[in-house]
Amino acid sequence: MAETNGHANGTNGQHAVGTRTIRPDGVDKVTGRARFGADYNLPGQLVGRVLRSPHAHARIVSIDIRKAEALPGVKAVITRDDFPDQPSEFIPAGEMMMNYKDVVRNVMAREKALYEGHAVAAVAATSVAIARKALKLIDVTYEVLPHVIDVVAAMAANAPLLHDDLFTAGVEPKPDKPSNIAKRIEIKLGDVDAGFAKADLVVDREFKTAPVHQGYIEPHAALATVSEDGTTECWTTTQGHFIVRAHCARLLGLDIGKVRVTATEIGGGFGGKTVVYLEPLAIALSKKAKRPVKMVMSREEVFKASGPTSGATVRVKLGATKDGKFVAAFAELKYQAGAFQGSPVQPGVMCAYAPYDIENVHVIGYDVVSNRPKVAAYRAPGAPISEYAVESVVDEIAKKLGIDPIQLRMMNAAREGTKAAYGPKFGPIGLEETLNSIKKTEHWNTPLRKWQGRGVASGFWFNIGGETCVSLTVNEDGTISLMAGTPDIGGLRASLAAVAADELGVPYDKVRPIIGDTGSLGFNFLTGGSRSAFSGSMAIVEAAKLIKADLIARAGKLWEAKPDQVEWRDGAVRPLGALAEKVKPMTVADFAKVAGKTGGPIAGLGRINAQGAGPSFGTHLVDLEVDPETGRVTILRYTVAQDAGKALHPAYVEGQYQGGAVQGIGWALNEEYIYGEDGKLQNAGFLDYRMPVASDVPMIDTVLVEVANPKHPYGVRGVGETPIVPPLGAIANAIENATGIRFTELPMSPPKVLKALTDKGLNKVS
Amino acid sequence: MAKHHVEAIVNGDPVEFLCETEETLLDVLRETLHLTGSKEGCASGDCGACSVMLDGRLVCSCLVLAAEVGGRRVDTIEGMATGETLHPLQQEFLKHAALQCGICTPGVLVAAKALLDRNTSPSETEVRYWLAGNLCRCTGYDKIVTAVMDTAAAMRKG
Amino acid sequence: MRYEAPESLEGAVALLAGAKGETRVLAGGTDLLVQMRADIVEPDLIVDIKKIPETRAIAEEKGGWRIGAAVTGAELKEHPRLKKVWPGVIEAANLIGSTQVQGRATMGGNLCNGSPAADSVPALIAAGAVATLAGPNGKRDLPVEDVMLGPRKLALQKGEIVASFLLPPRPPRSSDAYLRFIPRTEMDIAVVGAGVSLTVDGAGVITAARVALGAVAARVLLVPEAAQAIIGGRLDKPAQDRLEAAAQAACRPIDDKRGTVEFRIQVAGVLARRAALIALDRARSN
Repeated sequence: MAETNGHANGTNGQHAVGTRTIRPDGVDKVTGRARFGADYNLPGQLVGRVLRSPHAHARIVSIDIRKAEALPGVKAVITRDDFPDQPSEFIPAGEMMMNYKDVVRNVMAREKALYEGHAVAAVAATSVAIARKALKLIDVTYEVLPHVIDVVAAMAANAPLLHDDLFTAGVEPKPDKPSNIAKRIEIKLGDVDAGFAKADLVVDREFKTAPVHQGYIEPHAALATVSEDGTTECWTTTQGHFIVRAHCARLLGLDIGKVRVTATEIGGGFGGKTVVYLEPLAIALSKKAKRPVKMVMSREEVFKASGPTSGATVRVKLGATKDGKFVAAFAELKYQAGAFQGSPVQPGVMCAYAPYDIENVHVIGYDVVSNRPKVAAYRAPGAPISEYAVESVVDEIAKKLGIDPIQLRMMNAAREGTKAAYGPKFGPIGLEETLNSIKKTEHWNTPLRKWQGRGVASGFWFNIGGETCVSLTVNEDGTISLMAGTPDIGGLRASLAAVAADELGVPYDKVRPIIGDTGSLGFNFLTGGSRSAFSGSMAIVEAAKLIKADLIARAGKLWEAKPDQVEWRDGAVRPLGALAEKVKPMTVADFAKVAGKTGGPIAGLGRINAQGAGPSFGTHLVDLEVDPETGRVTILRYTVAQDAGKALHPAYVEGQYQGGAVQGIGWALNEEYIYGEDGKLQNAGFLDYRMPVASDVPMIDTVLVEVANPKHPYGVRGVGETPIVPPLGAIANAIENATGIRFTELPMSPPKVLKALTDKGLNKVS
Repeated sequence: MAKHHVEAIVNGDPVEFLCETEETLLDVLRETLHLTGSKEGCASGDCGACSVMLDGRLVCSCLVLAAEVGGRRVDTIEGMATGETLHPLQQEFLKHAALQCGICTPGVLVAAKALLDRNTSPSETEVRYWLAGNLCRCTGYDKIVTAVMDTAAAMRKG
Repeated sequence: MRYEAPESLEGAVALLAGAKGETRVLAGGTDLLVQMRADIVEPDLIVDIKKIPETRAIAEEKGGWRIGAAVTGAELKEHPRLKKVWPGVIEAANLIGSTQVQGRATMGGNLCNGSPAADSVPALIAAGAVATLAGPNGKRDLPVEDVMLGPRKLALQKGEIVASFLLPPRPPRSSDAYLRFIPRTEMDIAVVGAGVSLTVDGAGVITAARVALGAVAARVLLVPEAAQAIIGGRLDKPAQDRLEAAAQAACRPIDDKRGTVEFRIQVAGVLARRAALIALDRARSN
């Protein structure tokens, strides 16, 4: 384990980092006191509800709101007329790109309703009953159009067109006819044709996945209040309140400085709460009604009107020598973006072969619109899909060449210095360590019985840094107030408090972390890209540096010392040399008592655009059992080995590994959006959108690998997203191991498994 | 249509409220009694985030009409701690990091307490099946199950 | 929307018989409240039957058991003797939903919701349970298999409610079992359900049997041919194969988001066989 700047082993005198502290926001969460999105209320607030399109694709000919507006108790009704149009402009939005022209249309349908559930109008009323009645009084005239759902069907030449101004980008010559194919991208390394010519074995397969939802238990909720001078306050459950502020200001023509957004506690996001749905509506309604407006989505609305991730068709063609060296890798990814362009096909392309050192790589990706909700990010967006396909083919190659699947991956593993096909050269990375860890587990060495199978798969996410601003304040009694600007979705405050405590040499429980609103800090990019602990801790180190420099200067004045007679070490400012006989060291708490006399409040702002995010590699191992008479798959045992760089809080890092693995289990076995011929979603609830329950999964064992990221003061790598990348491949590989059948379509639900077994005459227990 | 006038006991305290027929117990807990610890995740009894005890029976409050609870006893997450002392389950959940976002936590704690009140030494399988009605999307259930079993062991010791 | 909680069967019947507009009976509410929230139904009158003593009682009657229509699954499970006599009925009622749902759901509601996928119904039918209805013309009995006519269609007249179920006396060496197929381990609606009740003689030969299948037709089916396939033997492999075939032949399922026609037929046979084996094992040790 590499040393990095002495931070990793607590030379500041304290040792909270790396230990299993109690999270500071924990008591409120176990007592029901913590306030999530729907728990906020303002006096005089109105109830906001949304009218949604019942059609998958329709022109909106007219909207008549007069009867709704006239209903007693209705204080405002809004439609597309309340949102100015936005010109087309692509803006980076973390790991994906977005375009405000599309955002304004997704938030409120304009020319067309592009999916069942698309918002068409909204009302604010004095009660739920009146709001519901008002929605029924809104008269919308639709011209129903043919719809298209499946990504391949949407790419066909005669498919129903969603946007007549969408021309495929990335193809030459520029097309003159609009299409549902928004974009074609590709990455190339070397020469795949030459590579395939050298291969002794080529496996070429096509895979299909269905859209799946992030499945956060807390529905979207927003509360907004707008004053007569345009001052706007909004409380919302979000992964990025600064982003919400930016979107709402832009969509409604407000000064950013006049909009203050508070991130409530958030009940799950996984990428799905990085965009706006209700906030612009609540603000627009509040502006019109001149009263606060509260809006909460029902579970059905969450499924129908918030973005799942793409369904996709993926072709993978991988060539290897008979000794197992990968010599050529090709893939073609067709990802469905939903109603507006912007699927995660780019990261899908980037991540597909990233775990491997391959000389010749060619990956093509298509971003395709279809009449489904606009996709939103879902934990390592795009990567689980492409890596499911690649890891399945890697497994097939291992089997055909008679090489152990871990051994095969080791032989081809990306290492420090490997050039990834999407561009960068890797610094120190932990893929091999995770593979070795898995090999050493008791799990790997436990024998299996008939109808049981074992599968392994690796995966990766590149992780991001980004704009971060935190403030550290020393209070009069020596306690520390830490204000971060990235919503805490899973234990962040505990990790950041530990870093602040160790940096300033104070006990952990003397640090009180909060998530500040947009008015309290400089811009913070959202919680996503596995960035919040990585960037937040980096910014805290910067803020602490400022404070320590300030304290050294104050000590210099107090002790009448020269700079070379004073240093910060082991949690205090210390006199050096002869001075040490005259004065005693002073801790942060000591300075707090004399802050006013020595220059005023002690505080530091850490303001960075965090760079140097290190990728996190993981390898998963799963044992499962197939019931050949029913096709039911039972997960028996699961181990995750993943590189965290440095686990600021081991329990919450383990939690990320376990949570992502179980989401992957659901995705692999049972979760999917089921559409009827009419383009309507048939399973818009937790009954038939089948996420894993407690009895569906075993304990998820974890191995914390730590290959320090040299670009972070503590060696931290983001960990939140990688865990969902390997499960799909690992489970498909385990089912192949148990049954001899390779499933190339997800989910691998019982009817599919049973049919495949029956077709081969294998559906008998004995 | 006149509202129903209901008197009940919530977390040991007598309460009195008016409600429409179609309001659920969850609606009244959150909107009328301002006890927002019970959460709405689905309003269809599929996620357990609204779990409460009704006369000592674990139920989804979204599936109970508020009008039905007259003369009955409701216990929510807000009543789980005793004064400043957290229930052993609450303490173990914090110790084990058995929560990440925390939205499912109130429902899981109420359900887990209902289990331990009946069964002081549940097996892992019994814990998992008892909690199958409490969806969690963040933790993968591992640390939740460990926390419940460790609490059972600690409570058995004394 | 009116809510009434009568304290007698006559009171409930009078309310239901005299009501205009949409009326619904409320027992556990685990279907009704979901349907109300989804705007599938907007009742003008809700009649809560839980204050009526006959709907809440469990008592022995003429060697059998009378179970009130509004007894919850959890209460059934906690009864000290029922699960020894009718383990299949009890386990079926306790597969509905989650622990929370079982704290409220009732067999009366499960039957009268009119879903062919109801979990307790195949077990009740296999058991030979008889529903006692109370209505404006008094009480009458109906075998449970005759109560559900199709999805959301019941053989009840206006004003009639199911008040209780009578499980018949149990000959010695009898037992039952219920199995269902769901994709997860809990929480799903049955894709297929199979209830089997049987009696064996001193030599272990099956002398009586009833087999019922759920979620494979427009109503829960009693399948006499499946029972015939195993009566007179010890459920050896050929009998199991005949049982499986008979069960499959009786199925008339649909394709929906929970299962395909093919899958349901195939699994119905598998579950009928497995449930019969469990019931046999239980009967032998009784």
